[in-house]
Amino acid sequence: MDIFQYEFMRIALVAAVFTGLAAPAIGTFLVQRRLALLGDGLGHVALTGVALGLLTGIAPTVTAVVVAALGAVLIELLRMYGRTSADVALAMLFYGGIAGGVLLTNLADESAASLNAYLFGAITTIKSSDLVLVGVLGVVVIVLSLGLSPQLFAVCQDEEHARVSGVPVRAYSILIAVLAAVTITVAMRTVGLLLVSALMVVPVAASQQLTRSFRTTHLAAMAIGLFSAVGGLVTSYQIDTQPGPTIVMIALAVFAVASLAASALARTRSARRRVDST
Amino acid sequence: MTEQPLTVRGVTVALDGRPVLRQVDLDVSAGEFVTLLGANGSGKSTLVRAAVGLVATSSGTVELFGAPLDRFRDRQRLGYVPQRTRAVAGVPATMHEVVMSGRLARRRFAGWRTKADVAAVEAAIARVGLSDRTRSSVSEMSGGQQQRVLIARALASEAELLIMDEPTAGVDHDNQESLAGLLAGLVEDGTSVLLVAHELGPLRPLIDRAVVLDAGVVTYEGPVDAIQDAAHVHVHEHGGEPDHPDGFSGNPIGA
Repeated sequence: MDIFQYEFMRIALVAAVFTGLAAPAIGTFLVQRRLALLGDGLGHVALTGVALGLLTGIAPTVTAVVVAALGAVLIELLRMYGRTSADVALAMLFYGGIAGGVLLTNLADESAASLNAYLFGAITTIKSSDLVLVGVLGVVVIVLSLGLSPQLFAVCQDEEHARVSGVPVRAYSILIAVLAAVTITVAMRTVGLLLVSALMVVPVAASQQLTRSFRTTHLAAMAIGLFSAVGGLVTSYQIDTQPGPTIVMIALAVFAVASLAASALARTRSARRRVDST
Repeated sequence: MTEQPLTVRGVTVALDGRPVLRQVDLDVSAGEFVTLLGANGSGKSTLVRAAVGLVATSSGTVELFGAPLDRFRDRQRLGYVPQRTRAVAGVPATMHEVVMSGRLARRRFAGWRTKADVAAVEAAIARVGLSDRTRSSVSEMSGGQQQRVLIARALASEAELLIMDEPTAGVDHDNQESLAGLLAGLVEDGTSVLLVAHELGPLRPLIDRAVVLDAGVVTYEGPVDAIQDAAHVHVHEHGGEPDHPDGFSGNPIGA
């Protein structure tokens, strides 16, 4: 394909592969825990991190991962010890993250429009130096999500039972939030901060239309994430759109097809049952 | 095994500043089947949650198998069935996967399942009589079946002490009968049981000792047969909650 003749496309494709696999790998646990919107809140916080990078001259990828990870630890501590309920704590992250991001960007004498590339993704901005960090962080997220899946499954399935079993529930809750924050940084250049949460949640929602087990849901979600990220990137190049929205629309299309297939399957099954019983 | 499975001494618990338990003692000896009874709001659920470490105590001590709760490491010796009517989370999971999480006391920090884990999970599923549903999604199962999944998860660790918080709530009579048969088998194998219940029904003949809580204080301790009077004397109505003296006899109210 001719798109591989450009170095920025090759770099963007590698970034898309890591993003597509890592986002659903950790997103499955967020959905299982009914914290699907956590990724959104952390994406907003990461925006403050990006702006901090613009202000200080440090690479925005580095400042974003540090700030988002700190935000993740903070929100988990608020959930554990605070009197604030989880949804109010998330709302505070939304507002603080966006406001802080735009404010710091203004202070850095850049227009808020320069944040656009980070909000919705811009493949041409990915540098090969970024790619190393994105690759390392992506591998860390994928390896920990799969390697610790028995323990993380137990924490997200029934937190109290896991605590009684002696599983370090607090440490693993913080780990899940931090891995979500890291994933956001991995996905920042391809999907963008405002839409990254979609890639954590939509592939999981799509795969669970057709699955019965956690393991299959987890792996199928990663496959759907990979397909959406790579497919969206190639499409965005061809029709000249921003990659983030294109990737998310493809993931949503997979979800629509999966839910149609699921309801068709259910109808066939119940029709067969009716035939059997007569 | 010489250590007593559960020893609670002088435990006081306050939730949101309101005292829920006051100076409660509770023992479960090896091989003993103890039931904890009381009206809604009497503190029986709080007591078992304090016993497994889910609720902080403001005074008193809890020992599991001779070890203070905060230093109790042999978590696989404890099987816990929380008070739930459903075993479903935000992502589908098969019964096998949910029951497998009961094995994590043996690999709390990391580690994938072993052949021994699989064998114990299959044995626990067989014990609750759901072997034909092993690969079914838990969300497709009935309420009574999901309750049995939670019991199988507690059994999977091959626990010596089983603590069950209202496993009979919302379970029909047939499922209660099968639970009674299951617990009878466990008791025969030497498992100790602490059961929180609202009504005993078919479980009644299995019980060695009953403890009745009222407003956070133990008001009766002794054989379950003598409870009828004690319940009448001590279990008053709380905030409009009806008490269920007939529930203790296992007969439907009005029968």
